[in-house]
Amino acid sequence: MKCQIRQLAGLLVAGLLAVPVQAQLNVFACEPEWAALAQELAGEHATIFTATHASQDPHYVQARPSLIAKLRSADLAVCTGAELEIGWMPMLQRRGRNPAVLPGQAGYFEAAQQVELLEKPAKLDRAEGDVHGAGNPHFLMDPRRILRVASALSSRLQQLDPGNKSAYESLLQEFTTRWQSAIRRWQSSAEGLRGKRVVVHHREWIYLLDWLGMQRVGSLEPKPGIPPNLAHLATLKEQQADMIILSPRNDTKPSAWLQKQTGTPIVVLPHTVGAVPNSDDLFGLFDEVIRRLSESAKT
Amino acid sequence: MKKSLPSVVVAAMLAASLSAGADDSADMTEVKRMILEMKQQHRQQIQALEARVQRAEARAEAAEQKAQSTEGKIVAVEEQVQAKPRTGDNSLNPAISLVVQGGYASYSEDPEEFHFEGMPLGGEAGLTSEGLALHEIELSASANFDNLFYGQTTLGLHDHDGEIEVDVEEAFVDTLSLPAGLGLRFGRFFSSIGYLNEHHAHAWDFADAPLAYQAFLGGQYSDNGIRASWVVPADTLFAEVGVEAMSGNSYPGDGESQAAMRNLFANIGGDVGPNNSWQLGLSRMNVDVEERAAGGHAHEHDEEEEGHDAEFSGDSDLAALDAVWKTDLGGGKALIFQGEYFWRDEDGQVSMSEEGNNALFNYDGEQDGWYLQGIFQFNRQWRTGLRYDRLTADNDLPVVSTSDMDGNALSGDVIDELREESGYQSSSHDPHRWAAMIDWTPSEFSRVRLQYARDDSREETDNQLFLQYIMTMGAHGAHQY
Repeated sequence: MKCQIRQLAGLLVAGLLAVPVQAQLNVFACEPEWAALAQELAGEHATIFTATHASQDPHYVQARPSLIAKLRSADLAVCTGAELEIGWMPMLQRRGRNPAVLPGQAGYFEAAQQVELLEKPAKLDRAEGDVHGAGNPHFLMDPRRILRVASALSSRLQQLDPGNKSAYESLLQEFTTRWQSAIRRWQSSAEGLRGKRVVVHHREWIYLLDWLGMQRVGSLEPKPGIPPNLAHLATLKEQQADMIILSPRNDTKPSAWLQKQTGTPIVVLPHTVGAVPNSDDLFGLFDEVIRRLSESAKT
Repeated sequence: MKKSLPSVVVAAMLAASLSAGADDSADMTEVKRMILEMKQQHRQQIQALEARVQRAEARAEAAEQKAQSTEGKIVAVEEQVQAKPRTGDNSLNPAISLVVQGGYASYSEDPEEFHFEGMPLGGEAGLTSEGLALHEIELSASANFDNLFYGQTTLGLHDHDGEIEVDVEEAFVDTLSLPAGLGLRFGRFFSSIGYLNEHHAHAWDFADAPLAYQAFLGGQYSDNGIRASWVVPADTLFAEVGVEAMSGNSYPGDGESQAAMRNLFANIGGDVGPNNSWQLGLSRMNVDVEERAAGGHAHEHDEEEEGHDAEFSGDSDLAALDAVWKTDLGGGKALIFQGEYFWRDEDGQVSMSEEGNNALFNYDGEQDGWYLQGIFQFNRQWRTGLRYDRLTADNDLPVVSTSDMDGNALSGDVIDELREESGYQSSSHDPHRWAAMIDWTPSEFSRVRLQYARDDSREETDNQLFLQYIMTMGAHGAHQY
C-alpha cells in the first residue's frame, strides 16, 4: 500500500515536472508579417498566433474576446507600433491581465521602434486625415528594414528564452544570409523599375518605392484613410503615372475609374503575408511584389 | 587656436623678460608653471579638433554608405535608430479627449410625460429634451499612474433645463500587474451588468438607450465601488468572471449611499472562423433599498412640484443576459447583431402619500425587458440599423394600511387612485418600440446619425425623430468590443 502511494506520488511529481519541459514561447503577432518573421526566427521554439489576417485592416481591428484570451497567455506580443494598432491593442493590453506584455516590458515588441520611419508629419492635425505622429507605419515593404527588425526581434527572443539562445542565433544567421541574397535578387530584377511614376491607393507603399527608387506622384485617397472622391481623382489625371498600385483589400472602383480615364495599368500588390496566392511567407511576399511590378513595367 | 597662439607668444616674451631681469627663483617657477599650463591647454584643443575631424569623416563615410545603399547595394538601414522619447513636462500628460454630442429631437407626444406603467423611472431615465440641444460634453483623461495603476476619469457636462450640470461619470483606477489574471477596479465606474452599460453612450449604435436600460438602470448605471475580476487562462476562448460591490448611490440604488449593491458577472467570447466573433454575458445584481424614490413620470423628481411621491423599500434583483455577434464581411462591410434580456424581481413595500392621504402597499414586482438590434455596415463610413424593444411588468400591489390626515382609513376609491399615482401599478399594455437609424462616420472622430422611432412605451404612439452628432477631439481611444 505504502509502496503504491509512493509510486503514485512519484508519477505525480514526474508529471508536474514534465510540464515545463515542452514549454514554447507563446508569441502573439499583431499582423501576419510579424507572425511570418517570428516563424523564421523562432522555428519550433515558439507557438505563434496571428491576431489579424491579410484581408483585415489593422487600423480597424476589433478588440475581440478571442484576442484578449490569446494575449492573456502570450509571452511576447510582436506589433508594428507607430500607432497602427492604437484602436485595439491598448484595450487588449488593459483587459488581457498579462503584465508581461504591457508597453515597456520585454514581452511587448514594437517593430517601429527598430527602424527609421518616413513621412513624419511636420504638424499633427486631424484635418490631414489618419496621420501617425511617429511616421508612416507601413515600413514592412522595405526588406532592408525587415532585416533590422529581425535582428532586434531575435535579441528579444533570446532575452525571453535564454535556454534556446544559440538556436535563435543560428536561425537569425540563416535568415540573414538568405534574406540578403534575396534582396540582391529582388534588386537586380527591379532595376528597370527605377524612376517609374506611381499613383497609390493608400499611402502604404512609400517604403517600397523608396527602396526601389520609384516615385509616388499621387494617391487615390485625398488624405490618409479618407476614401477617394471624384474631385480628387480628377486631379490625378494629369500625373502621367506609369502604374496605379493598390492592395487586394482596397476598393477597386477608384483605380478602375482612373485607369479608364488615363489608360494607366493597375498593379495589385500584396500588402502583407498571405494577401495574394504564393505570398505565404516573407520571401514569397517580396517575390510576388517584384514579379507583379516587373510584369507591369514590361507591358 | 587663434586666441591661444598670441597668448603663448606673449607668455614666452613675458617669461624671457622676467628670466633676464629677475633672479627670483619663485617667480621663475611660477612662469614655468604658466607655460606648462598653456601647453597643456593647447594640446587639449588640438585633440578636440582632431576628434571633430574624425567625427566629420565618419559622418561623411556614413553619408556615402547611405548613398551607396540607394544605388542598389545592400547596406543595413541606419543601425542607430531607437525610440526618441519626447521631452518636457507635457510629454507625460494623460491622453485627453473631448466628445461633443448634440442634435435635434422631435416628439409627437409630450416627452415630459414619458413613463412606463408599473416601472417608475429613476436616475437619468427619460427622453432627451425636444428641439435643438447640446446633450453632453464629455471630457476624458486616461493614463498610467505608474507601473502598478492605470486610471481614467470622465466628466460629463449636461445642459439640464438651462443649467449646466457637471457629472463625474467615471473616475476609476485599474490595477496593471496583479498576478494570475486577476484585476481590481475601484473608484466610480460603469457597472459590468449587461453589455451596453459599460460602453459610453457615444459608442452606442442608436441615439438613445434601450427601453430596458431606461426601466431598470436609470438609463445607464455608474456608481462608486470596487470590482474584482479574473480572466480565465484559456487558449482561444475568452472567459472572465467578476464581482462588484457598489455604494448604491445612484439608481437602481436608493440614492442615499446606504444601500450596498452586489453584482456577479461572467463573460465568455470567442471566434467562429476567421470572420465571426461573439460574446455572451450573464450578470445578476442585487440591492436592498430603503425608501427609494422614483417619479412615475420622467423628470419629476421634485417632490414639491408634484406633491406626491412613492417610495420603495425592499429587495431588488436584476438578472441580465447579453449576446453579441459580429461578422466581418470584408472590405469594410460588417454585420452586428446584439441583444439583451433583463429580468427584475422586486419585493418589499411601497409607501405613497398625496395631499395628506397615506397608503402602504405590499409590492411584488416581476418585470422583464429585452431588445434585439442588427447593424449593417455598408462601408467604412455608412451604417444602418434596426432595433426592437419590449418591456413587460406584472406587479402585485395589495394594500397594507391607509390613513388620511385625521388618521382614518381611506375609502377604496382613494386607495385605487393612490395605487395608480404611485407608478407601481402595472397595466396590460406592454411598452414596445421600433427604431431605425442610419449613420455616417466620415472619420473615426466624427459621426452624424438620423434615427426614427415609433415608440409605444405609453398607450399613445410617439413618433420620434433624432438628428444626432458625435464629435471627438484629442486622443484616439481604443474601442471596447
